[in-house]
Amino acid sequence: MIYREAGQFKTSYAADQAIFPIVQDRVLVTLGILVAFLVPPLVADEYWLQAVLIPLVIYALAALGLNLLTGYAGQLSLGTGGFMAVGAYAAFKLTTSFPALNILVVFVLAGLMAAVVGIVFGIPSLRIKGFYLAVATLAAQFFLIWLFNKVPWFVNYAASGTITAPPRTVFGVMVTGPLATAPVRYVVALGLLAVFALVAKNLVRGRVGRSWMAIRDRDIAAEIIGVRPLRTKLLAFAVSSFYCGVAGAEFVFLYLGSAETLAFDITLSFLVLFMIIIGGLGSILGSFLGAAFIVLVPIFLTNAPHHVGLVMPVALQKQIELMVFGALIIFFLIVEPHGLARLWQITKEKLRLWPFPH
Amino acid sequence: MNDAGPLLEVEGVSVRFGALMALHQVSLRIERGEILAIIGPNGAGKTTLLNVISGFYHPWEGRIRFAGRDRTRLKPPDVAELGIARTFQNVALFKGMSVLDNIMTGRLLKMRGNVVLDALWWGPAQRQELAHRAAVERIIDFLEIQAIRKTPAGKLPYGLQKRVELARALAAEPQLLLLDEPMAGMNVEEKEDMCRFILDVNGELGTTIALIEHDMGVVMDISDRVVVLDYGRKIADGTPDQVRKDQAVLDAYLGVAHD
Repeated sequence: MIYREAGQFKTSYAADQAIFPIVQDRVLVTLGILVAFLVPPLVADEYWLQAVLIPLVIYALAALGLNLLTGYAGQLSLGTGGFMAVGAYAAFKLTTSFPALNILVVFVLAGLMAAVVGIVFGIPSLRIKGFYLAVATLAAQFFLIWLFNKVPWFVNYAASGTITAPPRTVFGVMVTGPLATAPVRYVVALGLLAVFALVAKNLVRGRVGRSWMAIRDRDIAAEIIGVRPLRTKLLAFAVSSFYCGVAGAEFVFLYLGSAETLAFDITLSFLVLFMIIIGGLGSILGSFLGAAFIVLVPIFLTNAPHHVGLVMPVALQKQIELMVFGALIIFFLIVEPHGLARLWQITKEKLRLWPFPH
Repeated sequence: MNDAGPLLEVEGVSVRFGALMALHQVSLRIERGEILAIIGPNGAGKTTLLNVISGFYHPWEGRIRFAGRDRTRLKPPDVAELGIARTFQNVALFKGMSVLDNIMTGRLLKMRGNVVLDALWWGPAQRQELAHRAAVERIIDFLEIQAIRKTPAGKLPYGLQKRVELARALAAEPQLLLLDEPMAGMNVEEKEDMCRFILDVNGELGTTIALIEHDMGVVMDISDRVVVLDYGRKIADGTPDQVRKDQAVLDAYLGVAHD
């Protein structure tokens, strides 16, 4: 980086194990978080908040959840959409059954519900691995969506089959429902993301994360050390599904306002999976970068021709956008198969040594 | 715990894979505090024996007793809980993790679990993490790998990977340490280092060690006792000097003239 760790001596293991051991990093990250919380609500217009930043923050949470399972514990899952749907429908049932319950508590309970479902669908992971496990988790995806479509109890017998976020307040501020403003919803979503990102980092840098990575890297050696595969994998499924469940609840309550099962179909599972592959498997930062890439790049591509003065038919532009987006994904995966997070790490290391090559 | 008898007793253990008898009624004892070498030609069943002891295979017949109690049918994590650690013939490190994390993982069973406290990195969870870090640093000092603490294990040269794997096994503070060819593929200097570490572990920490090794010079130098396997059977058991002169061992290694 432009700054180096020279002169910053660690005198305790606690200091060495800090998330950001370098002072400059701590300052920059704190500033970044402050900016993220304060600037968009004050500056950004309704379109940016509603169509870009809110989904970005929610996708980042879902990507974080999947990254814990796939990136850290090495269990490939295509059930993300299904687990998000569990969170959304659980939150809907909870808040309509107990309107007095704080909506943030509802989100957490919905996440716990998704965690239970995740554990059930994680049981096959003891026997099957890799692509075969991905196929098994597809069962979760299809079964859960089918369930929410078939059983009218989940939508409170609404004829339309949709769930709608009812108006709920937190400390007197309207957070969900038609009257909740975009800045409020953005801040709530970002707050949850910040808390859960910290929790995720604490998990992966400690005992739990090491047992996940041990199972991922060498399951036989992990066992002989005392890692119990079933318990470890199921914990990963539980925590991951919790994150996805909270993200799913936010997806309906803070972003869409109302939704059908179609919002949680297999496309969503793939989208979140692509986010962590592009962002970087086994990296918290990668989850954010991947979500940002998948959400922001198409918007940039949509607007870019207009800004440079190119005029072309809308249909053509849309197709070019898809082609460029696809090409960019391939380009980044060839340049750095380990994702944007690794690219960032390499850049930092190069800058640290600059101007010397090594 | 029974402190008197041998640490580990293998009694008449057979392992078969289909029609192949990988081990045939093998009996041996590992005494407390000794260094036992297990040798034999390729395919003699040495690694199979370690795999049976560490719970990857279960014997078809026979019994295994650890500290006087029957431990025949345990799974690998249960074996680890008893205080048996091992390394693998082909290094089995967690390649994506740093050396430090690899060794910290070795202390997993010494750590108490509470996911909620872990998630908050607070109180007992943080104190526990720091205490184990201090213990791991002592092992890092012991094995002289301070400089590579933060290096991803997959990027290390082979010799160092073997050393890190030993560190990870030591982190569990085992009573019995099983080493599967700890010196395979090393040059003379690396072998000397490894021998020194093994002797130090045995002498300073009092850990009982059973190792498989092909380098006869090393075996004869560092082990207290040698067990020889051939075609799944134990053909000799004794001090290095006894084994060296044993006719069955010579036959197994050099072949027998068939007149």
